[in-house]
Amino acid sequence: MTSRYESLFLDLVSRAIVPVVQVFAMYVITHGHYSPGGGFQGGVMLAASIILLRISIGEESYERFPRNVPIALAGTGALFFALTGFLPMLLGGNFLEYAYLIPGMDPPTLRYWGIFLAELFIGFLVWGALVAIYDALTTGGQN
Amino acid sequence: MRMIGLLLVGMLGGLILWGAQDLPDRGDPNAPAASHPSVSVYYIENAYADAKTPNMVTSVLADYRGFDTFGEAVVVVTAALCCLLILLRRKEEDEA
Repeated sequence: MTSRYESLFLDLVSRAIVPVVQVFAMYVITHGHYSPGGGFQGGVMLAASIILLRISIGEESYERFPRNVPIALAGTGALFFALTGFLPMLLGGNFLEYAYLIPGMDPPTLRYWGIFLAELFIGFLVWGALVAIYDALTTGGQN
Repeated sequence: MRMIGLLLVGMLGGLILWGAQDLPDRGDPNAPAASHPSVSVYYIENAYADAKTPNMVTSVLADYRGFDTFGEAVVVVTAALCCLLILLRRKEEDEA
């Protein structure tokens, strides 16, 4: 962003809305087992909260959430999702067959937690990817 | 030239509509996808017992069809990486 108006209302409203959006996003991710929602939707909401900060408070948001963080977040999410898939292969199952994640536990519980892990990593991945795309489109990765 | 394009689009649309005549009606209980030996019936009957997840959509998305979801996730990361590769400004270019 090159220039901006100082606006008290914009600052206060966005600072008040962003934490609520982020908490609700975590709720959407973790409550995907019981209600509509999940990693993709929650990740988009987390990204929207960061993009709201980028638009409204500008420079300070780059200090709080630096430019190299989003793409690292996306890559880490994808890597851990892939590891969740490959770990059961080492232990005798198929790719992403969560029932083999921890030997000895009962399969339905393991599949419940496997779904949770997948949703969580997808959430981080979508969060990072969308903020990275926004940064690249608006500033080309530099101030 | 534009008339030929319009004609082609119209013919393609007509072809698709003609092909859609053979699709089963929405909510038809005798459709192949809903009749008894099929995956959708298996999901409806066994999703909760298999993964203890009340939301059937989630357990299909992340468990039964986990490989598909993994592909989608990789597509999202690839899109972000491509945006960075294309749009990232390098220091040398700025000085030149």
